Amino acid sequence: MARAELMDYDKALELYEPVLGFEVHVELSTRTKMFSDAPNPAFGENHGADPNTQITPVDLGLPGSLPVVNETAVQYSISLGLALGCSIAESSRFARKNYFYPDLAKNYQISQFDEPIAFEGSVEVELEDGTQFTIPIERAHMEEDAGKLTHVGGATGRIQGAEYSLVDYNRAGVPLVEIVTKPIFGAEGRAPEVGKAYVATIRDIVRALGISEARMERGNLRCDANVSLRPRGQEKLGTRTETKNVNSMRSVERAVRYEIQRQAAILAKGGTITQETRHWHEDTGTTSPGRPKSDADDYRYFPEPDLLPVQPSAELIEQLRAALPEAPVVRRRRLLEEWGFTELEFRDVKNSGLLVEIEETVAAGVAPAQARKWWTGEIARIANTKGAEPAELISPAAVAEVVALVDDGTLNDKLARQVIEGVIEGEGTAAEVVEKRGLKLVSDDGPLIAAIDEALAAQPDVLEKIRDGKVQAAGAVIGAVMKAMKGQADAARVRELVLERAQA
Amino acid sequence: MSEITPEVVAHLADLARIALTDDEIQKLTGELGSIVDNVAKVSEVATPDVPATSHPIPLSNVTRADVPGETLTPAQALAGAPEHASDRFKVSAILGEEQ
Repeated sequence: MARAELMDYDKALELYEPVLGFEVHVELSTRTKMFSDAPNPAFGENHGADPNTQITPVDLGLPGSLPVVNETAVQYSISLGLALGCSIAESSRFARKNYFYPDLAKNYQISQFDEPIAFEGSVEVELEDGTQFTIPIERAHMEEDAGKLTHVGGATGRIQGAEYSLVDYNRAGVPLVEIVTKPIFGAEGRAPEVGKAYVATIRDIVRALGISEARMERGNLRCDANVSLRPRGQEKLGTRTETKNVNSMRSVERAVRYEIQRQAAILAKGGTITQETRHWHEDTGTTSPGRPKSDADDYRYFPEPDLLPVQPSAELIEQLRAALPEAPVVRRRRLLEEWGFTELEFRDVKNSGLLVEIEETVAAGVAPAQARKWWTGEIARIANTKGAEPAELISPAAVAEVVALVDDGTLNDKLARQVIEGVIEGEGTAAEVVEKRGLKLVSDDGPLIAAIDEALAAQPDVLEKIRDGKVQAAGAVIGAVMKAMKGQADAARVRELVLERAQA
Repeated sequence: MSEITPEVVAHLADLARIALTDDEIQKLTGELGSIVDNVAKVSEVATPDVPATSHPIPLSNVTRADVPGETLTPAQALAGAPEHASDRFKVSAILGEEQ
């Protein structure tokens, strides 16, 4: 539907109530796959391997091969279920989901159907202005990811008109947890924001748990968004569409908004919504129909005969529960209070993805404002030029060492920036970099006074101006001294000395 | 009697992307029907207090440690593929949608 045909967003909300639902797939970062001991491409260093180099006979479904469940993947799934407030099934089993498509070589995907590992939970999300919203969770189940198809021929790798497809099975068998919400009511005009905040919260949760790298650009976290509308006052739910693979937080927001406007335009003209999957187009910000939800969804589920039930002990569940990190929303509220940042400063920190680094730097004894300044300033800047993550460049402990040297007067900010750079370049600890590069501030007044005398000789009228009350005239002298000292002087001390001289 | 009708067989063939003639559908309707009828005999002896089971032996929690093992080389992986290109399996273009 062209943008011009969409119903105005506010008008759509006046007439209809949006009801949402999300399916989020999380790739777990275990070392090996869900059912085979092949290296898992969703585990950091395994990313980006050559095609078909991370597979075993199990991943290809070769005759005689048998799947065996990855113990760590089960534990990660239970932890995630617990973090979503779910109950953990005493007994859970796998099922075959049968379909014929070459992204899996077996003609079925091992998933869970009637006995998921986790069910009935809820998760608190926070919108940008601090409004809290509760998302009800229906279930979280374990399954395996499918391989990657590249369509060759036809237009730009799209499936339509392709001559043939090439399959790389490296991703086949990557452990996945699919999190399914219940219908979400009451989001109203903020539905797009709620969708975005929900996906962001899932990302934060799995990162805090350390069970997924959660990099959406790599497909570690993928979202399908369900949207339906019902006329105001109507009880019965409207027909929903499922927009597949909305794979950035901003896209979730845009896709939900688009579907509300598109469906409202159809309904208002007396049309009906087709229950179908739809594709999201990042470039145009629109959705287009995929296959209708009918025969294609006839998956003929049955219990997986090659795998045994998973029956986690109560001890294991309690052990994993005790190890759960603080919920992201709770943690954010606590840190906001402890650090005394403004909402805006805090949001910047949150969006920079440096919350953990700053928290650890504060724990190492640095004032929160200082920790924020160094991480979001100089370190982020260097990381940006290197195309790296700030956290990969320098440790919170090393940052704390540098800040301690500023606090005790050994360094000023300018020198500290050079020390940070030295530490990042691998020149040693902060103290070693100061030593090697000779970056210490000159703490002895003698050389400072000599430099001041020289500067005053070049600008003889400065003292006169200061005596006339034009204190800012000292700036010219301070600048000249700092230059002469190659920045290794405490500007505040130089200023004191210049003003003393004027009073003499 | 079995619930296997020609329509069910045609539907299954469609899901499995197998082209069947009307004669084949008729033949399979009879054959599949008798298989289902035979298997259904089990329910004659199963009483309501016998829970459904997918395994004859009561085992659970058979897992393995998360330790990488050996992988196939691309050449080994592709050895049984009818066609391949650029170290990937080559399949005919699939009509329909990506899963």
